[in-house]
Amino acid sequence: MNDPDPDKPRTPCSGNCSCSGGSPTPSDPIGNPGGSTRRAVLKGIGATLGVAAYAKALAPLTELTQQTSMDEFLQKHYKELTKEELSAVLERLTRETKEQYGADVTIADPKPREGVKFGYALNLSICNGCRKCAEACHLENNHDRPSHQSYIRVFEMTKGSMDFEKGDVHYDHPVPQPDKYYMPVQCQQCEHPPCVDVCPVEATWKEPDGIVVVDYNWCIGCRYCEAACPYHARRFNWQKPEIAAAEINPDQSYLSNRIRPQGVMEKCTFCLHRTRNGRLPACLEACPTGARVFGDLNDPESEIRWVLANKRVFVLKEELGLKPQFFYFFDE
Amino acid sequence: MSDPSSLDAGAAPVPAKPVPEWRQYVRFLRNALSQSVEGGWKFYVWMTLLTAVFLVGANAWAVQVRDGMAVTAMSDHVSWGLYIANFTFLVGLAAGGVMMVIPAYLYHDEQMHDIVIIGELLAIAAIVMSIMFVVCDLGRPDRFWHMIPGLGKFNFPVSMLTWDVIVLNGYLIINLHICVYLLYKRFRAQAPDPKMYVPAVLLSIVWAISIHTVTAFLYCGLGGRPFWNTALLAPRFLASAFVSGPAFIIVAIQIIRWQTGRMFGEGAIRTLVGIIRVTILVNLLMVVSEVFVEFYTGGSHTSAAKYLYFGLHGHSELVPWIWTALAFTLVAVLLFLQPGVNRRPVILNTACLLAFVGLWIEKGMGMIIPAFIPSTLHEIVEYRPSLTEWKVTAGIWALGLMIYTLLIKITINVHSRKLRDASGARTVDPEDALSIPSEG
Ligand code: SF4
Ligand code: SF4
Repeated sequence: MNDPDPDKPRTPCSGNCSCSGGSPTPSDPIGNPGGSTRRAVLKGIGATLGVAAYAKALAPLTELTQQTSMDEFLQKHYKELTKEELSAVLERLTRETKEQYGADVTIADPKPREGVKFGYALNLSICNGCRKCAEACHLENNHDRPSHQSYIRVFEMTKGSMDFEKGDVHYDHPVPQPDKYYMPVQCQQCEHPPCVDVCPVEATWKEPDGIVVVDYNWCIGCRYCEAACPYHARRFNWQKPEIAAAEINPDQSYLSNRIRPQGVMEKCTFCLHRTRNGRLPACLEACPTGARVFGDLNDPESEIRWVLANKRVFVLKEELGLKPQFFYFFDE
Repeated sequence: MSDPSSLDAGAAPVPAKPVPEWRQYVRFLRNALSQSVEGGWKFYVWMTLLTAVFLVGANAWAVQVRDGMAVTAMSDHVSWGLYIANFTFLVGLAAGGVMMVIPAYLYHDEQMHDIVIIGELLAIAAIVMSIMFVVCDLGRPDRFWHMIPGLGKFNFPVSMLTWDVIVLNGYLIINLHICVYLLYKRFRAQAPDPKMYVPAVLLSIVWAISIHTVTAFLYCGLGGRPFWNTALLAPRFLASAFVSGPAFIIVAIQIIRWQTGRMFGEGAIRTLVGIIRVTILVNLLMVVSEVFVEFYTGGSHTSAAKYLYFGLHGHSELVPWIWTALAFTLVAVLLFLQPGVNRRPVILNTACLLAFVGLWIEKGMGMIIPAFIPSTLHEIVEYRPSLTEWKVTAGIWALGLMIYTLLIKITINVHSRKLRDASGARTVDPEDALSIPSEG
């Protein structure tokens, strides 16, 4: 460190300097030898302490790297994985779930079905605010248990107003209340999703069947999409999800309900691990009132098409022009 | 013993054995490096202090990476906080450095020209800090490489964040080029070739505007956040940047003067005060017109502004912040408008400090946070930065100040190197504002 650099200016540093202060002939190469050894020793001590302090300060990082494998670090974007690479990834994720959560799961990767475009509709006339859908989502999607995370938030709205400002999600009383109606909100699977546009690394995109997904292994966790979504549909994994082995839903898929890593974004996927295999979303099956209608918007015979054609349908925040594929309606 | 530092500065013909350019460059770097670890006791105390603060921040960040962003006070409702607030402010600070460049190069203000590097170095330090704030805001900093064009997937041009990555790095490179080139030439005691740096300087002016405009576009392009969704955001950002940048530089010039015992920069300070007098009023005017539109129109769109200025439904976390910011700015305006303020250091520095802190609040706690409160579905979840966030923030600022200190120190050192005048005697350039004269 104490490099007697010949290029050093011959002036004793800057005016505020006490280094070779006493030496009137700083160009003298052996000027003040005692001082320079003392300085060298001091500097050596300083440097050693400095390095030690840096190592200590950053030590928590090493505890983390034990959790993140090299394969995970180097994993390519979902869309760039070959068939073999993908199955290796799925195999690794299954193994890691076993190691970290103690559960045997299958992680599949169902692809969108040709020509299908999913839509969802919700009947506000009969929804009674029981929150069974939100709970079903919590279980189905292997959400973090302590935070009671769910992709669905149910608002208790005041009759006579559509303004969420007069709504309340924290209601805690028997439902339904006579002067209220109930409005569950989840990802609207926008046709023009701003969350997808803003993502700097294309970690989130819209699939051909209309579902907006996140590659949890590609997301860098900048949360720009969360700022961009006007429907509060995105959730961030502020810490590693906690969930007991016995409670884990073993029927998982890469793009939907597998247990998400810490520090990445997640969102409703219309339960694509179910719906792409011909089943219905968990929230729909849990709904005791039959308020929810799910189906293929491209199929003229589907129930959802009938609802859209015959009911008084609206979408949330239509003025933003994002064309939600999630519809609300009232009975006649 | 001959002094190799002034090799070819003489009027004499070519030196016998020319030293290759790259070796000169290595010398230059070694000199800079040795300057970074040499200094008086004040220098060591200052750097040790900053290092300590930086380490506290680094440790807090390491814990945050290990345990997750849950150690911050951010939530799904307020998903950006102190980090992005600082990021926004620092982009402004970086852009503000250009307010020295414009008078120096476009209006040929000679006094400004001599010390314009103080502003350019500020841009470098501020950009480094702003990039660090973004990295600290990432949930997965280990995946940073996903953003590198070619390696990862770069969602350009759709995502404004990719634009920001480009303009910020571009600005960093431009300013690094200008500063390193000029310093190197000074080191070699050669006249810089205008072709090598003037185009870059002109580019940096345009670029400075772009970094802050693009950063504003990050926010104002989001239709779902009415508080940000205003065309006034970018102009407002620029106006306030042109207050905070010059305010910082005015204080920096005085500190450098005090430390080097060299009087310089009177004219520069006068010019900068003149600039602030305009920009601070323009900024204030825009704040007032935004507030007018918000409150006169009313409706649900006003909720965020109501929350910010007066509190909403009993929640008022941000109210003290914004009124502090407004009070600071107003007092700063009054002080800056005093005649002859540039000759009254106490008033001047108070004004600069108030303006600086006021804008830091206004751009951060007053601009980033309220867009999230109430949330897009009108829930009110408040935000108060956690200790971790304050530590990381302090750490990054400490690192930024370290970088700035070192850059300034290296610069002064290079400028103070002795040259040989025509008669062969060694001397420093008496015209050079940044050099420290000393008896040889
Ligand atoms: S509701 Fe939000 S998360 Fe879902 S697609 Fe639209 S913008 Fe994206
Ligand atoms: S949080 Fe993830 S998905 Fe969302 S914008 Fe950032 S990288 Fe993309």
